[in-house]
Amino acid sequence: MVSPELFFNALLTGMFLGGFYAAVSVGITIAFGMLDIVNIAHPAFIMLGAFIAYYLNSTFGIDPLLASLIAVVPAFLGGRLFYKIYYYAFERHGEESLQGLAFFFGILFIVEVGLLLVFGVDYRFVEANYIRKTIEFGYVALPLRLVIPMLAGLAIVAAIQIFTSRTFLGRAILAVSQDPGALRMVGGNPVRVKEIAFGLSIATAVVAGALLIIIQPVEPSLGREYIGRVFAICVLGGMTSLSGTVVASFIVGIAEALTTTFGGPAWAPAVAFGLLILTLIVRPEGIFGR
Amino acid sequence: MNATNPTAPILVTISGRRVRRYLIPATASVLIALLGFALLDWISFEYAYIATYTILQYVVLATAWNILGGYAGYVNFGVAGFFALGVYTSVFNYKTLQLPLPVVIIIAGFIAGVVGLGMGYLTLRLRGVFFSIATLAFAIVLNTVFNNWHFVGGARGVSVLRPDAPEFFGTYPRYLFGVMFALAIAAVLIARAVEYSWLGRGLASIRDDEVAAECSGIPALRLKLIAATISGGLIGMAGAPFPFFITYVDPASAFNLTIAVNTVAMPVIGGLTSWIGPVIGAILLGALQQITTVTISSALSLMLVGVLLVTFVALAPRGIIGVVKSLRGPAA
Repeated sequence: MVSPELFFNALLTGMFLGGFYAAVSVGITIAFGMLDIVNIAHPAFIMLGAFIAYYLNSTFGIDPLLASLIAVVPAFLGGRLFYKIYYYAFERHGEESLQGLAFFFGILFIVEVGLLLVFGVDYRFVEANYIRKTIEFGYVALPLRLVIPMLAGLAIVAAIQIFTSRTFLGRAILAVSQDPGALRMVGGNPVRVKEIAFGLSIATAVVAGALLIIIQPVEPSLGREYIGRVFAICVLGGMTSLSGTVVASFIVGIAEALTTTFGGPAWAPAVAFGLLILTLIVRPEGIFGR
Repeated sequence: MNATNPTAPILVTISGRRVRRYLIPATASVLIALLGFALLDWISFEYAYIATYTILQYVVLATAWNILGGYAGYVNFGVAGFFALGVYTSVFNYKTLQLPLPVVIIIAGFIAGVVGLGMGYLTLRLRGVFFSIATLAFAIVLNTVFNNWHFVGGARGVSVLRPDAPEFFGTYPRYLFGVMFALAIAAVLIARAVEYSWLGRGLASIRDDEVAAECSGIPALRLKLIAATISGGLIGMAGAPFPFFITYVDPASAFNLTIAVNTVAMPVIGGLTSWIGPVIGAILLGALQQITTVTISSALSLMLVGVLLVTFVALAPRGIIGVVKSLRGPAA
């Protein structure tokens, strides 16, 4: 018999994870869903963010959240540069499908092995005074190391939602996701818009990495687990929809937490991938797709 | 595209063309094999077997991957999954029936081929990108399954004792080398046959423009499914001897990421559109990796593969073959 206490705690953990997953996946919703750039190296950039937070925290004692804010600007600029390379090497020739995939696959390994060579295979963690704190209500425990990433994750998605719906540039990003040709016709430059949007996507990855290292110790190859998660969430959420991404994040988070609690942690990695395959087979347009 | 009769059977007559196409490469391969054995005997050095076995395994994997990835342009990231299917078929057999290795290789090829067909049936109707992501997902799901399947070792792994080698080969490493060489020759011959048949031409038209191919009456889905079955089956076959090669199998070694990245990198670096590309890529990159792993470190050799992959897709998307062709004749 399943105890309601256990079930409720698993549900809660799943919701915290879900909020964090929203931060992890929003970048892929932008890059893959809106810009049609199959950045399978996204999780590698998340790990890069985690290790930047670790480095700044362990050498200068900077809070990981603050560290991620410091890293946002170089990540945004790096992302723009990265898109420029991608554009000139592949997209311009219309060769992005096969070659682009192989390209990002290679980048994934370069970043992962690079981190491995610099930081080694040991698990690394950050120090902050809120990481070990837990707020308790009766038998419900709210560990701050999960609550803060959830809130931060939801804040990031909300900020991007406001950006894309209220500002001119944000609407241009939505326009390029719908019809780049039409954007060009009304005088916009789709390449520049995509460049900015891709920079934004990488910036969210780096912040998500800092959130990840708050939740758990990390090592370079951990990113691979997130490849399935981010794409599962993106596809499940209907590719381009930010609110869909949030809902799908919660679905995946809760499904994983319930599996960990009742099926054992060894089965958890298969949950997101299983959901992804199921979505692709049954409803490839996602739950919110048109 | 050449105007050849698409319904012509592949092997009906042994004409002069057929001799050139099949007999000459087959004889050449046998000669190479004999030469290889003579060389290895002369070296009489265990590491030489390990190195050549690994390179030959990559020849099989890269060639098999290329049938779907290169010919049709559908990138399979789940190589480790198909490979592990072969590995665990072999482990399962070791724990139960103990059938001889060649039989296991055929069974492994059948299982991986059927799984390839099933995966293809479910995902090849979607855009190529979704196929790639689904294959990646498939490998991880399978990894989790084998992590939890205790009969074949679970996460802890299982050690495998090598049985006696057949008389002809003497030692077991030599036997494994012979088996893998035969597999490599078979894989290359199959890839060659596919490339020059109606199947290969159909796949090439799918790679160039799938909608146009469909409109010209090419049954795109059926061709992709055949390619996925052949490709998956061959990858599984390459995995079956692996437990006896490393003698200790756990999910981390069966789902080795080095194998996954190498198998994608080698055809891309060698050249995607022809059977010789993956062979060149596998031999060059495999040898280079053996050297860097021994002299520097395995992490750095993986880094090298990543850098080469990115450099080649960005600067020479037609691989070494394309570079050689453009050097030979600037008109091409």
